[in-house]
Amino acid sequence: MAIGTLPNRSIGHGRHAGHDGRGAGAGGDHPSGDTPGGAIVPPRAYVTGITVALGAVLMFFMALVSAYIVRRDMPLSGWLPLAVFPRILWLDTLLLLASSFTLSRARRLLLAGRDSGFRFWWKITAGLGIAFLAGQLIAWRELAAAGVYLATNPSSSFFFVFTATHGLHILGGIAALLWVMFRRPRRLGLATATEVAAIYWHFMDGIWLFLFSLLLFAKA
Amino acid sequence: MKSRVDSAQAAAPGQIGFVRRCLFSTDHKVIGIQYFFLALFAVLIGIVLSLFMRFHLVWPAAHLSWIPWLSGGLMTPEQYLALVTMHGTLMVFFVLTVAPQSAFGNYFLPLQIGAPEMAFPRLNMLSFWLTFVALLVMLAAFVVPGGAPISGWTAYTPLSSVGSVAGPGEGLGQTLWIASIGIFCIASLLGALNFISTTIDMRAPGMTLMRMPLTVWAWFVTAILSLLAFAVLLAAAILLLLDRSAGTSFFTPAGIVLSGQLQPHAGGSPLLWEHLFWFFGHPEVYIAILPGMGVTSHVLANFSRKPVFGYKAMAITLCAIGFLGFLVWGHHMFVSGMSPYSSIAFSLLTMSIGVPSAIKTCNWLGTIWHGKLQLKSPMLFSLGFVSVFVTGGLSGLFLAQPALDNMLHGTYYVVAHFHLIMGVAAIFGIFAATYLWFPKMFGRAMNERLGQIHFWLTFVGAYCIFMPMHFIGIEGGIRRYSDYTGANYLAALQPLHRFSTIAAFATAAAQLIFLFNLFWSLRKGAPASANPWNATTLEWATPSPPPRDNFGAWKPAVYRGPYEYSVPGAAADFIPQHLSPADLEAAGAD
Repeated sequence: MAIGTLPNRSIGHGRHAGHDGRGAGAGGDHPSGDTPGGAIVPPRAYVTGITVALGAVLMFFMALVSAYIVRRDMPLSGWLPLAVFPRILWLDTLLLLASSFTLSRARRLLLAGRDSGFRFWWKITAGLGIAFLAGQLIAWRELAAAGVYLATNPSSSFFFVFTATHGLHILGGIAALLWVMFRRPRRLGLATATEVAAIYWHFMDGIWLFLFSLLLFAKA
Repeated sequence: MKSRVDSAQAAAPGQIGFVRRCLFSTDHKVIGIQYFFLALFAVLIGIVLSLFMRFHLVWPAAHLSWIPWLSGGLMTPEQYLALVTMHGTLMVFFVLTVAPQSAFGNYFLPLQIGAPEMAFPRLNMLSFWLTFVALLVMLAAFVVPGGAPISGWTAYTPLSSVGSVAGPGEGLGQTLWIASIGIFCIASLLGALNFISTTIDMRAPGMTLMRMPLTVWAWFVTAILSLLAFAVLLAAAILLLLDRSAGTSFFTPAGIVLSGQLQPHAGGSPLLWEHLFWFFGHPEVYIAILPGMGVTSHVLANFSRKPVFGYKAMAITLCAIGFLGFLVWGHHMFVSGMSPYSSIAFSLLTMSIGVPSAIKTCNWLGTIWHGKLQLKSPMLFSLGFVSVFVTGGLSGLFLAQPALDNMLHGTYYVVAHFHLIMGVAAIFGIFAATYLWFPKMFGRAMNERLGQIHFWLTFVGAYCIFMPMHFIGIEGGIRRYSDYTGANYLAALQPLHRFSTIAAFATAAAQLIFLFNLFWSLRKGAPASANPWNATTLEWATPSPPPRDNFGAWKPAVYRGPYEYSVPGAAADFIPQHLSPADLEAAGAD
């Protein structure tokens, strides 16, 4: 994170100056009963928050991936490639890629003020996410049918760990999409909420592309 | 319009029930205090465990028939290892991670940057309660069949990964340990996320990065370390749990025969666990110590009535130590069978941390040089911090040499090193913070005389406990064993062990003074003013204790750096950050 790009605020001209656009004192837009009325969090904090959180997510998956590489390349690792490579993963990848495009479209429509279009494409995105998860489950069943389980071989262990942890993150993403759709976040506003959800969703899409190519590369 | 009514009610404190005000509060100050008492509870258990260990080392044959879980009053080697594991785990995670960062950081980071709250108050509450659950799960390991795990706070595989066949405590106890650490990781990640976002986006007008108190810098850098390190530990913990419960072989090699049973694992790598663990473990050391550095810089300036010497260098070296902290994990693994070429790289990088550390030490000395020293309790503990930081840090330079570490790694020299630099120094930072901020947190002063007695007994006591361990280690006194009386060369070191044990009991007893002072002052301490130490930063510009929204109707703005003490020509020997040039002129005219 480039510290030099952080906002440096100018000084107000008196003790009471410089509300800094955070709407202090307006206070009404705060649903949580025990938070002080003036404590309004600037919308950009939510964007910062999700960006920072994704730093941790990235480290989490990088730890798994480095374990994967080390474990695979060890002498006497007993590593065997997956007995079957579920072809549905290709379709899943396409679904997830498509969901990033529908999400972007939904946000563009929202910013253009076309609410019904936004709702339509937003729901499509959540649907694509659910379809992706269903596809991952089918891939798991395909492997299980071929006798490949979590403990069969390190390659299958990592396959299930990658898909399960990534799937959990997607599940969280779907929950966030539905929450934005049906609960209409009051505190951070729809524009910010959709931005936060979009950053997260695109990122998890990218993580999947990375994991998928890693698995694909190992197959060859 | 309903929400407007809600917030109007929120402004009146009496109308929120006890549960939401004190238990499930989203107030960062309440959460900070909750973390403080959680850490206090954990440290008391940790101290008791260490006293059992020290006692057993010196009198291994003593019959303690009044303790029900010792069969025949004798401690088994496995029970000793369980004490080692739980002492280390409680102290590192639930004390040294929680108290300096989660407790004081939570309470004072928003106050010091002039924010009314953390960026995400409900995440903050969730983070505390997850930590609480993690502590309960960890303590549950004591009472399950087999007892607490014996694999140390580092949970080295394969000992930790094959299940109860590896020894008592390696069954359910170890599983609970991993579950607890996993929950703790998630709690720490949420906390770190909150700290970082708050520091970036919630600063008051005028509070530029280079006007932040060094405590805020330290909490900020520590939060970044937490964010990156705990994510890796979480991933490693999941893989370890799968090795134990799902039969995978991430960390467990083939061909292990335990109690006559061939273990059903193949090809896993214990070295891989060590790499993942220490990639977390070394930054964790800095997670424990960086906030102490921040508090020390803060206190030394305040109680020397001088600006921090080299403020910018202090901020940069905090970042440098944090950055380098991610590149040196291999120095915990010199004897692991890792390539000696990587050892050289890790060794050089480790020694390079000496540079920012030395800059910090010189700047601390520069800060107190020719200052008007006020030797109050917070100041004493900060000076003590500098002392043990230097002592513990110097032994680190020896351990950073792979050749020397080969000889010293398994000995008490390492125990002495990490207790001084990580344990005692961090605890001194916590004590300094407690004495400094108690008046702000509870509106009452702590007893100064008791604080002084507490400092001197603890300072001398800590050195008496840990200095002999250097000599024990150099003489080859191995660590992690429960009974040294069987081997002649080890039995010859027993007088040093006895001295260390007696010092440990005396120092632990001295902590009763602190506990008495703490709880007595909570109820009976003299009422504290808003700014009892004549300090400059924003937390002192609001009443003690601060109102729910920290600054009330006043929206703080900042006009100067955090350490303007003894400014030439100024009316007072300190200029608070929030005083505008106009305020100053008015004050000068009076």
